Amino acid sequence: MVKEMSNYRADFPILQQKVNDEPLVYLDNAATAQKPKAVVEALEYYYYHDNANVHRGVHTLAERATEQFEAVRQKVANFINAPSSQEIVYTKGTTEALNWVAASYGATHVKAGDEIVISYMEHHSNLVPWQQLAQKTGAVLKYIDFTATGELDLNSAEQQITDKTAIVALTQASNVLGVINPIKQVAALAHQHGAIMVVDGAQSTPHIKVDVQALDADFYAFSGHKLMAPTGIGILWGKSELLADMPPLEFGGEMIDWVQLQKTTFKAAPWKFEGGTQNIAGVIGLGAAIDYLSAIGMDRIAAHERQLVDYLLPALLEIPGVTVYGPHDPAKHTGVISFNLDNLHPHDVATALDMEGVAVRAGHHCAQPLMEHLKVAATVRASLYLYNNLEDAQRLVKALKATKEFFNHGTV
Amino acid sequence: MALSKLDNLYRQVVLDHAMHPHHHGSLKRADHQMEIRNPTCGDVLNVEVALKDGKVSEIAFSGSGCTISQASASMMTDEVIGKTPAQISQMVETFSEMVIGNPPADYEKLLGDAAILEGVAKFPARIKCATLAWKAVYQAVGNENGEASAGIMRHEQL
Repeated sequence: MVKEMSNYRADFPILQQKVNDEPLVYLDNAATAQKPKAVVEALEYYYYHDNANVHRGVHTLAERATEQFEAVRQKVANFINAPSSQEIVYTKGTTEALNWVAASYGATHVKAGDEIVISYMEHHSNLVPWQQLAQKTGAVLKYIDFTATGELDLNSAEQQITDKTAIVALTQASNVLGVINPIKQVAALAHQHGAIMVVDGAQSTPHIKVDVQALDADFYAFSGHKLMAPTGIGILWGKSELLADMPPLEFGGEMIDWVQLQKTTFKAAPWKFEGGTQNIAGVIGLGAAIDYLSAIGMDRIAAHERQLVDYLLPALLEIPGVTVYGPHDPAKHTGVISFNLDNLHPHDVATALDMEGVAVRAGHHCAQPLMEHLKVAATVRASLYLYNNLEDAQRLVKALKATKEFFNHGTV
Repeated sequence: MALSKLDNLYRQVVLDHAMHPHHHGSLKRADHQMEIRNPTCGDVLNVEVALKDGKVSEIAFSGSGCTISQASASMMTDEVIGKTPAQISQMVETFSEMVIGNPPADYEKLLGDAAILEGVAKFPARIKCATLAWKAVYQAVGNENGEASAGIMRHEQL
């Protein structure tokens, strides 16, 4: 039986509380998502019934833990339409996944004079690893620009990606500008020039249906915690021939094939990357989160967020003194909306909203070069998820109007 | 309405300082200069200090920031003029204790008007905004004073 979207909110006990005497409105989903009971109960069940180390013991608990741990690989593969579960590598999160691609694939395939192409809208985790790689190898780091409306500029992409380009790394959805990038077109450009396409899926995977084969990506990274799984678990997907060619970065237990006194052979991917005891409970929680989202349907989640943006974006733009960064057309905007109010500092706005029970993010959103490009020090960011409703969006608008009044006239 | 609680933080005198900051700009001649960043929000604060007879004779600050950081910087510049580096260190330690809710008995006497920022203790996410300028002046004149005190800026541990 399909539930109405409004019924899912009850699955999140954390939302049923007051903050600063006001009912909580959680609009910081781009930072991390709240967890449904199904995910927390999966963790509890695992620790109360099945906890053991994986791949080692011959006893029943170890067998159960291993089976669940490996079964989630297939769930993840289905979730992003990867051809094989053996292309799914467990990581701590998007940051670790992207760092591994840079430090392993990058360090063995990029040489002096090569180009690495990213964009101005990258989160630091899809920027600093490439900057480090460029510094170490003598490669050149180049940036794709965006248009006046905050959308990726494909003309700029055509100019920046050349025959010297070895890696193109791009976010699928901006954590600030609220746009979805044309990964497929950029991947086609990258491949024409013999480069590989790395995609940061941290902000897209929780909200839209992802198909890594349709995108024609070579690597795809995302975090569990932004899609309702626990923190500390994430995924690196890579094409099997690329993963096979990548040296492991962490050596130790679990990842070895045969250890001798002077040399060691490693397991095949994905296990060669997973040194040491993994975040087994995190993996099981990720499986539960994927089940939860899949039962609702990613298309329904996207449509629900679209409805909220259709109200919220014009309502914000109607408030005098509000500047929204990114497209002003709701049809082009995701549930991530960054803005500023008058000349107020985002931290002052966020403190005021918090007093109204509304949780938003204020700051540079780990995108300092983007802030520089937008010529702002920081922004306020409201970000939606499937449990948010029209009332949440209205509460934000009302609280912003009260904030404006407070700082302009010192009254409430 | 819940915004009334904001009055504890954004007192009128705080808003006035933020809107019309004292000693904003730069000095023609400075003995010490310190630029400091708040990595959580990207704010930058630059403090310049001139000394005469072992005391702060002139001070100026520049940079962008929120109401709290700008007001705190403005108040700090008012209060440290005429003070020795040793006195300033004591003031900074006092301020640092005050904003985490442990004001020493004589904090109002030591901090003057800046004592009004004690309300920030109820807004833990904003403590770093309040301490930015004090940290900057502490580091700027710190060398005059020998080594830094171990207890300084306890909020950094929070």
